[in-house]
Amino acid sequence: MLAATNPTEEHVHSTFASRYVRAPVPRFKMPEKSIPKDAAYQVIHDELMLDGNPRLNLASFVTTWMEPECDKLMMAAINKNYVDMDEYPVTTELQNRCVNMIANLFHAPVGEEETAVGVGTVGSSEAIMLAGLAFKRRWQHKRKTEGKPTDNPNIVTGANVQVCWEKFARYFEVELKEVKLKEGYYVMDPEQAVELVDENTICVAAILGSTLTGEFEDVKTLNDLLTKKNEETGWGTPIHVDAASGGFIAPFLYPDLEWDFRLPLVKSINVSGHKYGLVYAGVGWVVWRNKEDLPDDLVFHINYLGSDQPTFTLNFSKGSSQIIAQYYQFLRLGFEGYKNIIENCMENMKVLKQGIENTGRFNILSKDIGVPLVAFSLKDSSKHTVFEIAENLRRFGWILPAYTMPANAQHVAVLRAVIREDFSHGLAKRLVAHIEQVLKEMDGLPSRLQHKKTERETQEEVFRYWKRLVDRKRAG
Amino acid sequence: MARKLKIRGKQGKGIIEKSGRLETHFDVSVGELAVFFVFLDTSTMVLSKTASQSDVSVHSTFASRYVRDQLPRFRMPENSIPKDAAYQIINDELMLDGNPRLNLASFVTTWMEPECNKLIMDAINKNYVDMDEYPVTTELQNRCVNMIAHLFNAPLGDSETAVGVGTVGSSEAIMLAGLAFKRKWQNKRKAEGKPYDKPNIVTGANVQVCWEKFARYFEVELKEVKLREGYYVMDPAKAVEMVDENTICVAAILGSTLNGEFEDVKLLNDLLVEKNKETGWDTPIHVDAASGGFIAPFLYPELEWDFRLPLVKSINVSGHKYGLVYAGIGWVIWRNKEDLPEELIFHINYLGADQPTFTLNFSKGSSQVIAQYYQLIRLGYEGYRNIMENCHENAMVLKEGLEKTGRFNIVSKDEGVPLVAFSLKDNKRHDEFEIAEMLRRFGWIVPAYTMPADAQHITVLRVVIREDFSRTLAERLVIDIQKVLHELDTLPAKVNAKLAMAEEENSKNGTVKKTAIETQREITSYWKKFVSERKTNKNKIC
Repeated sequence: MLAATNPTEEHVHSTFASRYVRAPVPRFKMPEKSIPKDAAYQVIHDELMLDGNPRLNLASFVTTWMEPECDKLMMAAINKNYVDMDEYPVTTELQNRCVNMIANLFHAPVGEEETAVGVGTVGSSEAIMLAGLAFKRRWQHKRKTEGKPTDNPNIVTGANVQVCWEKFARYFEVELKEVKLKEGYYVMDPEQAVELVDENTICVAAILGSTLTGEFEDVKTLNDLLTKKNEETGWGTPIHVDAASGGFIAPFLYPDLEWDFRLPLVKSINVSGHKYGLVYAGVGWVVWRNKEDLPDDLVFHINYLGSDQPTFTLNFSKGSSQIIAQYYQFLRLGFEGYKNIIENCMENMKVLKQGIENTGRFNILSKDIGVPLVAFSLKDSSKHTVFEIAENLRRFGWILPAYTMPANAQHVAVLRAVIREDFSHGLAKRLVAHIEQVLKEMDGLPSRLQHKKTERETQEEVFRYWKRLVDRKRAG
Repeated sequence: MARKLKIRGKQGKGIIEKSGRLETHFDVSVGELAVFFVFLDTSTMVLSKTASQSDVSVHSTFASRYVRDQLPRFRMPENSIPKDAAYQIINDELMLDGNPRLNLASFVTTWMEPECNKLIMDAINKNYVDMDEYPVTTELQNRCVNMIAHLFNAPLGDSETAVGVGTVGSSEAIMLAGLAFKRKWQNKRKAEGKPYDKPNIVTGANVQVCWEKFARYFEVELKEVKLREGYYVMDPAKAVEMVDENTICVAAILGSTLNGEFEDVKLLNDLLVEKNKETGWDTPIHVDAASGGFIAPFLYPELEWDFRLPLVKSINVSGHKYGLVYAGIGWVIWRNKEDLPEELIFHINYLGADQPTFTLNFSKGSSQVIAQYYQLIRLGYEGYRNIMENCHENAMVLKEGLEKTGRFNIVSKDEGVPLVAFSLKDNKRHDEFEIAEMLRRFGWIVPAYTMPADAQHITVLRVVIREDFSRTLAERLVIDIQKVLHELDTLPAKVNAKLAMAEEENSKNGTVKKTAIETQREITSYWKKFVSERKTNKNKIC
């Protein structure tokens, strides 16, 4: 007797034996029926295998590795809605402790046991919008008491600002007055910035750790020049420091560098917990110098058990995991731990820089002092461009971005590799080896740029263009 | 005699003493193994070491010095500590937080399947905004937007991509939608040559705090339709009356935070269409479907509240409420491309390729987007419907249990978000706040709050029924509420109630003389009421 001919029940089948892997994945409409959770997991997990590997994503400053103990804490807190402060008082207190620690790290003028003014956000974008809102509201109040018009506020920054400043300007109807860059000088020039300041300027924004080259802007010079101008004009124009990257680097590597609240005109600072704060994506911090710098009419008060909990965020419900993770890092690493990690990053950055310089084919645009990254451009871009190098490096799994500088240096194109905590010496060497390999290959290829095209080459180029268009649409 | 020793690559000085014991000293820092060797002549053997000489890394956390140190609160500690100690200390402090699953105040999801937790953990180090680096994750977001748009009957062709975006929550979604309305209205007014400095939004007083935030931060006036006792949502007729030429949109809520009710969006649409015909202002509608957006399509598919109504131009929904995903995800969908002004969209290239973005937040985790997609394909239409039906059933069980006690009025409707809002029939002796406090002893977190203007004299308790609130929990809650009522009945009434009764009696007799104690009690009870009134600002939490 052979086996019975009853068909096996559907739920017995292993996922890859079941019908679920034969059905097209739903893309536009919700499917009618449920599917088993194993199948759902497998289908999604497998598609995601084709995403880039976050740890090889050298485009991003955002942390991609944390200790397993911290992962455990995060997973345990994944179902805690941060905003329920009354229900989760310990989590709320952890946020307050982080704010205090960061404020003290930035030399905020608070007393020994005095609580600092600041808040945790989803990232530096939200932090900057809150800081900008505070400046705008303060300026409006001041102008109203002076009986002057309040309809044309502006902000002075460098053209190297990250996109969130442009968002702030556009969404909150503030004009953005940008100090243009020039070849060889890729940060905001303090003198030119102070020149652009007028009576409608709500603040000047300096960046500690420019996205493009990692450079720290000279906040001290800006402060000194602006102090002089304020004395002449009486406008009291303040400074905001966008320390998204640099805020967790400067205090450990360059403690004597004066860029924070030690400078009297600096009224607020934002920093990304998820960059060199060493936490996964989803946490940023903004700290104000004093209570006076945060207008009370922007703050919503929620009272619990007698104590006043002021809230001033754009987002409401959000996870608690990243706040807990930030506190974990502060507690676990302490000052020395952060210092060691950032020093390691700088060392590995130098190894990478050296290797790239040794090829003899690149100019290094990033400085040694600043965010640990290497920004480099080709000495000779006439035959091949940095964009081709970036494309070719993808084959090995590396994701290295190539981009052009903003005005007025749009002709300069760079590659940028960010050194994060989890980028070791070994990986640095390997990257150099791959870059050399790519250069060798490209040298052997005809240039895409100049020479008379054959019909086949033209067809190939049309095909490639169309493919890139489709890929870009796919990438959203 | 000094002997040079090399241990683990570090050099130290060694001294051999008379007894033959060799002590070596190295710099001890956490993370490095500090080893003290004790050598002796072969003739003697040391068996035990003193505690201070033990290898520091050997101590269990609770045996180590780390649990004796005060926790840093204002300044970063100077030194690192072992990761086990850091984990344990934080984990232990957090034990004193409430249990999320017993937090009946929140609509936000508190349980997901382990398979989904696994996907979430795997994606925890993916920064969502790196669209070029993570194209699959980006595509999952687009699929979710499409599915939700179709769920809301957006007027799309079969393979036309919807206009929408994933956000961190409904707050961000509402701000984006509001910004789009504000910009459209400004452009229209500029083209007409009219002033555009006084935009306003019309909503009900029952709006969640994020609308007030939007109004204050983006400088739009909030014109609120007041509530009244027995009618706790926005009255469509009154709302349409308040619309003027400066109104950028009317916001209706599908699933009011206070009592779960669905506002009558169809009636609002019809009335507004008529007014628009008269005025030519073309005022649009936004539906805040934060809670209701994932309930109405499954439980009440015939209810017309979404893009089937022509004036509805955008809808927001919280993925982390009845979208059944953990906190941190919301969605906003626009009817058409025209409803989202192009000038609000940014194109960046510094991450390597051209990326259009229209969100307030930039970097954020990818986990919740992936979890949302998991739920949409895992559950499908039938799964969501089953879950919502279960929630509704369990809400009815709870409601009936409460009604049976004979002590409560039910303020919530049967149709709407599965929650039960109830108030005491007689709250003179003990009020809802006391019930809420006493329920905490059992672990339940049930919020008590007063209604906004003009019904501030009504206090309610509200229990939200989420996916993971089973029938057994509902029955247990009823039992615990009965226990609390029983206890309260045996306790003396609140002082001011007694005083009020005493005063009534005195005034009847014509004497109003107070003793010193009565005066003191009156002061105490006044202060108590003052403090608990401050607590009622809980209205500002959803």
